[in-house]
Amino acid sequence: MTDTQHITVATAWLDGCSGCHMSFLDIDERLFTLAQKVDIIYSPLVDAKELPESVDVGILEGSVSSEEDLKKAQEFRRHCKFLISLGDCAVCGNIPGMRNLFPLDAVLHRAYHENVQKNPQIPNVGVPRLLPTVQPVHGVVEVDLFVQGCPPPADVIWHVLSELIQGRTPDPMTLTRFGK
Amino acid sequence: MSQTISIEPVTRIEGHARITIELDDAGKVDDAKFHLTQFRGFEKFCEGRPYREMPALTARTCGICPVSHLLASSKACDALLCVRIPEVAMELRRIMNLAQIIQSHALSFFHLSSPDLLLGWDCPPSERNIFGVMFRFPQLAREGIRLRQIGQTIIEMLGGKKVHPTWVVPGGVSEPLTEEKRKSMLVLVDEGLDIAKRTYAFYKDDVVPKFKDEAKHFGNFPTMFLSLVSPQGRLEHYDGLLRIKDSSGRIVEDMVPSSEYESIIGEAVEPFSYMKFPYYKPRGYPNGMYRVGPLARLNNCDSCGTPFADVALAEFRTLQESKPVASSFHYHYARLVEIIFALESIDRLLNDPSILNTFVRARARSNTLDGVGISEAPRGTLIHHYRINDDGLMTWMNLVIATGHNNLAMNKGIKQVAQKYVKARKLQEGMLNRVEALIRCYDPCLSCASHAWGQMPLQIELRDAQGRVVDTMTRGNDG
Ligand code: SF4
Repeated sequence: MTDTQHITVATAWLDGCSGCHMSFLDIDERLFTLAQKVDIIYSPLVDAKELPESVDVGILEGSVSSEEDLKKAQEFRRHCKFLISLGDCAVCGNIPGMRNLFPLDAVLHRAYHENVQKNPQIPNVGVPRLLPTVQPVHGVVEVDLFVQGCPPPADVIWHVLSELIQGRTPDPMTLTRFGK
Repeated sequence: MSQTISIEPVTRIEGHARITIELDDAGKVDDAKFHLTQFRGFEKFCEGRPYREMPALTARTCGICPVSHLLASSKACDALLCVRIPEVAMELRRIMNLAQIIQSHALSFFHLSSPDLLLGWDCPPSERNIFGVMFRFPQLAREGIRLRQIGQTIIEMLGGKKVHPTWVVPGGVSEPLTEEKRKSMLVLVDEGLDIAKRTYAFYKDDVVPKFKDEAKHFGNFPTMFLSLVSPQGRLEHYDGLLRIKDSSGRIVEDMVPSSEYESIIGEAVEPFSYMKFPYYKPRGYPNGMYRVGPLARLNNCDSCGTPFADVALAEFRTLQESKPVASSFHYHYARLVEIIFALESIDRLLNDPSILNTFVRARARSNTLDGVGISEAPRGTLIHHYRINDDGLMTWMNLVIATGHNNLAMNKGIKQVAQKYVKARKLQEGMLNRVEALIRCYDPCLSCASHAWGQMPLQIELRDAQGRVVDTMTRGNDG
């Protein structure tokens, strides 16, 4: 690879809080620099509805909790040359994974029967089915880089992207930690 | 043959969703639905955990408005402790909340909605995003990014982190404010106010006049409005009492304390969404539809109580002859007024020397088993309700999330926009984007909504009268 490259990036949130994406936006004015070197071609922040055939870097926030998350993770793996698991939810299940301590039925029952005054029922039309167990991203597809943190600080996300732009494989492990 | 159009994923909103539009045999829009497709289950999995963990834990409902959850949760915990927290702790919490209003409203306006407003509905989708705005309107984009940064930086100065700060704890806050930080914040607030006033003037004079048609059709219908107001009836985001106005501006509920929210708010479920449907109990479901958020807050309050925001409020109220302002398109306007209010209010709070007081935390153990905390999140009224056992472990929780309150109105609004802009068998990208843009007016925070739900995609499905899918279309880059 030459010293600087224009790379394509796709991002998605699975079962997360969008905090990792917010931390990405916290690179603030560096977004201008980024825009010169990176094409965000698919992301909740832009309007593309379909993941392009081939993407240099895929970034996934959040855990795999529903059939839709699973599909999206697999799709990202197929289309992205380099896949990043961003944030503790993606890396270890974190908050969404806490529901694994309870049977799915009990979790749904609390939300849609107990805490409701009208039409108690479990939604099942046009919404994806939930998986019985929440998994981290690497529980369902292979991941090339883990960036822990809840969320990973903006500087770390910037570091990771800058390294990738320069054609190097970043090592964020020393820069951030779980829960940070 | 009747058809269903489905838009997936809905982009430039904070979460995951899908919209389906059902056409009748004549090809006219019959119904439209907004599906939230994520579910997390906080209300159950927090069970058995110490209540003191709740602020940090429930803040993870949402990375865009974690401070709102932090506050509603801490206030529910304050109620469990039965303490009155120190005055200065309240004011410090207030500053953090206002800083979050700034950053979250800036995100909604500049990063997510300005591409529609500045680049136009029919701009190619590959350019219709914040990067497109950065290219075509670099100065505005730079200021928008800066304004969000100012909000985030104040949060970080207080809480140590921009996203998911701690610092707000049951009983108050963990550390007092230092003089040094106070000074730096004041400088930031000055700069922010300049940007906010400029943006407001630009929006009022240059943008609003161009969107008369949208204002008429974007969720423009009568509903009630719910929000907190201060005991004096002023605009309020941190504490206060619940007020509901009806569509004619008559106050139907006033000065309802947090602990009594259940007497006026119920929740319903529909099979097509993981997002629940709150309603105003006395009017039943679904007649008890109301809206929350910036539009509701400006409609409900008697005044803002800060100089420039009050001028802007008066101008806001001229948008529509009949009060309250009914069009959801004007959520954008209301957001800009609130940014100004937030900056002016922070400035006022920081200029009171007592803000440096060091007694910032009341200490107690739990003294009652049931506690409610309410705050106004950027997107509207947020309710946390906890029950614990004698050991201080959570036995039950109910979260009524800001975006959820708008669920009925969003569904109705989508139908209205679809009826106006979706003509059967002629699906145009810019037209579908208007349906999405309606959703963006509400700035729905689906991360929040997915405490019991989740993600928003856009995709179109055509269904026949029997509900069989006869064709699907996913909106791609080429529209
Ligand atoms: S890791 Fe933290 S910030 Fe990121 S999605 Fe999960 S809860 Fe949100």
